[in-house]
Amino acid sequence: MHKLGLIIKREYLAKVRNKSFVIMTFLSPILMVGMVVLIAYLTKVNDSEKKVICVLNESNYFSNDFVSTESTSYVIFQDIALEAAKDSTASLGYYGLVYIPGENDLERVADRSYFYTRDAPSTSVLDGLEAIFQERIQQKRLLDLGVSAKEFAAFDDPYEINTATFSGQQNLKGINEIKAFIGGGFGYLIMMFIIIYGGFVMRSVIEEKTSRIIEVIISSVKPFQLMLGKIIGTSLAGITQFAIWIVSASLLLIAVLFIFDIDPQGLGATANLPTASTAANMAPVAPGDATFQLYVDEFFKIPWVMLICFFVVYFVLGYLIYSSIYAAIGAAVDNETDTQQFIFPIILPLMLAIYVGFFSVFSNPHGPIAVGFSLFPLTSPIVMLMRLPGGIGEGGVPLWQLMTSIVLLIGTFMGIVWLAAKIYRVGILMYGKKPSYKELYKWLRY
Amino acid sequence: MIQYWATNINFLFHSNFFPILNLFKGGFCFLGLISTKIGGLLKHFYIFGKIAYMNNILVAKEVTKQFGDHVALDKVSLEIPKNSIYGLLGPNGAGKTTLIRIINQITYPDQGEVYFDGAPLEAHHIAMIGYLPEERGLYKSMKVGEQVLYLAQLKGLSKATAKERLKFWFERLEIGDWWGKKVQELSKGMAQKIQFIVTVLHEPKLLIFDEPFSGFDPINANIIKDEILRLKENGASIIFSTHRMESVEELCEHIALIHESEKILDGKLSDIKKAYKNNIFEVGLQIGDGEALVGELSEKFQISSAAYDGKAGQLDLTVQLPSDDTKEFLGFVAGKSNINRFVETIPTANDIFIQTVQRKDQDA
Repeated sequence: MHKLGLIIKREYLAKVRNKSFVIMTFLSPILMVGMVVLIAYLTKVNDSEKKVICVLNESNYFSNDFVSTESTSYVIFQDIALEAAKDSTASLGYYGLVYIPGENDLERVADRSYFYTRDAPSTSVLDGLEAIFQERIQQKRLLDLGVSAKEFAAFDDPYEINTATFSGQQNLKGINEIKAFIGGGFGYLIMMFIIIYGGFVMRSVIEEKTSRIIEVIISSVKPFQLMLGKIIGTSLAGITQFAIWIVSASLLLIAVLFIFDIDPQGLGATANLPTASTAANMAPVAPGDATFQLYVDEFFKIPWVMLICFFVVYFVLGYLIYSSIYAAIGAAVDNETDTQQFIFPIILPLMLAIYVGFFSVFSNPHGPIAVGFSLFPLTSPIVMLMRLPGGIGEGGVPLWQLMTSIVLLIGTFMGIVWLAAKIYRVGILMYGKKPSYKELYKWLRY
Repeated sequence: MIQYWATNINFLFHSNFFPILNLFKGGFCFLGLISTKIGGLLKHFYIFGKIAYMNNILVAKEVTKQFGDHVALDKVSLEIPKNSIYGLLGPNGAGKTTLIRIINQITYPDQGEVYFDGAPLEAHHIAMIGYLPEERGLYKSMKVGEQVLYLAQLKGLSKATAKERLKFWFERLEIGDWWGKKVQELSKGMAQKIQFIVTVLHEPKLLIFDEPFSGFDPINANIIKDEILRLKENGASIIFSTHRMESVEELCEHIALIHESEKILDGKLSDIKKAYKNNIFEVGLQIGDGEALVGELSEKFQISSAAYDGKAGQLDLTVQLPSDDTKEFLGFVAGKSNINRFVETIPTANDIFIQTVQRKDQDA
């Protein structure tokens, strides 16, 4: 135990004193926040470029419909010929010209109207124009059927069905997505952590091999102790780094939002932390105050303590499984370029977990795919965490699934660590060999 | 194993080599009998065997190790005497490193046993062994001082003791000012010195040096050689593994030859040399007519080479005699010339090595 402590301490210090590690620790939050600011800025710049569209209206319709908006403004031409209007639009450098011919019937007018531009027009501009025509035509058709304009306005109200659970609680639209998103945030955290720090573990093993210190060390400690110490030390360094990132990025983000006065609603998906505000932004409807309160209630009803406890369980087990595989890979190869063929099969289940999670858990948290992937040990740390914000038991994850998933995970953890330790033990003393999968299998029998 | 030693000891008594011991003979034989009977049950409870184990720091018994289909060690048995330098020789890939790794408990034998200082090898013995591997290095980005402290602590030394001893060694090898340097700033030879210190710092009973001189310039190699000899004087036992035979001659009292996973020769270097000498002598003579003498000698003796410098009247030749009896030959040449040189050619470790390996290959 004493030796394990020494190894953990050395690995931790070696990592946190590493120059590039220090730089990344303090640069990353700045980069992340910088990215957010940049995106917000670019969006603003893009928005502020107004498109000017000229309108030549010879008909009696649409006299009040072309109202300038934030992104588009209209210039109304009067009493000039179409060709002259086209020429002047081009020479003024405006975006395009809407030509509405002077017919009597609205249908005919609409039929013969044209939008002239220099290049092919953008879809958003077309959509805007078409909406104007569409609305007018619809209104007219309904008028023909005897529906007044006022009645028409009422007609357009959107409808939402009321939802409730059998026990009578009001359900909220999109709450599943919000919950899965929160769980997904945790899952994503695990995935990032595995990929970043698993890689660190691997490189650190390779370094020991190439610097040839390995044999000196394992004549003092058991290879398994060294592997474990390395994994734990590196993860502690990783947790330190993550903590610094999360705290400093949050602080910076808040500071930046205040300084630049950016509307956080507009950033939505670009903010990479699953904070309350981003989760709420995911809601597909803009909720009114009362409904919003319900969302807030629901948000606090998420069993946070349970969720964080299981996050720790899945995080530790999942990370240990993957990082021991990374350690075994590091031991098997002589340099980092040889690792590619082995890394892909590790990343695959992780990616699968994230994508399957986001697609199937969002739409149906308790469907067969979601259940399957939340039981399969290589994906369960991520997928199960996406399901867990729904709670355990009724309406959430059945207890047996959670237990099965954890038992499977622990079983796999022991199996994989055992295998990895074997490969590690043999691999660290093999120099100058580029191993194949067949070779690795042979090592297991040494 | 117990039977083996019991027989040996009994043989000693029967030969009446130590008459006084005969008094105890009956009793010992009785004990020997019992121990033979219960030996299978009490594998490590040896009574007579202990005598042999006590004089040896390390005993390997029929150690076998296989990697897949490849047999790395085939029933290798060794006895490494205390307080001596033991040469473990053999070409690359013979199995030396595997054996050393078994001693260091880096790998474990498939069959056979290893005894350290009279007891079966166990995990805690690691602290009593110092190992300088052939493939050796240090953490490049770590500072020298921190690194040696870390490695010393892994061997079970306390930080304070380690510091104290490091101070001594750093002064001794005149590298005191390296403490704060990073390893990547050191030259290869400098790093080797650090590794040497790490190996000996915990004052192990058994030191294992695998190709210790590779990477050293001649001056530093000498310093290290002297340190190894001094460690032996201070009571350490040393295994010295190499395929460079020159260094063996200077250092080793005992050797074992490992070839293609098997031990093909072991014993005291002086005994082995005696056994391997072929009664070959180099002779230098002052004579007027050398060529005639060579002709005469060729008839009576086996002359393998001869060179005559007519101007100086110097004849140099090599002769192989049928036995170590040199009287006849010397008598013959002394009557006809002045002998100014007569030296027996003792085979070098290298010669012995090559001969044994070749003989082994022919047998196979």
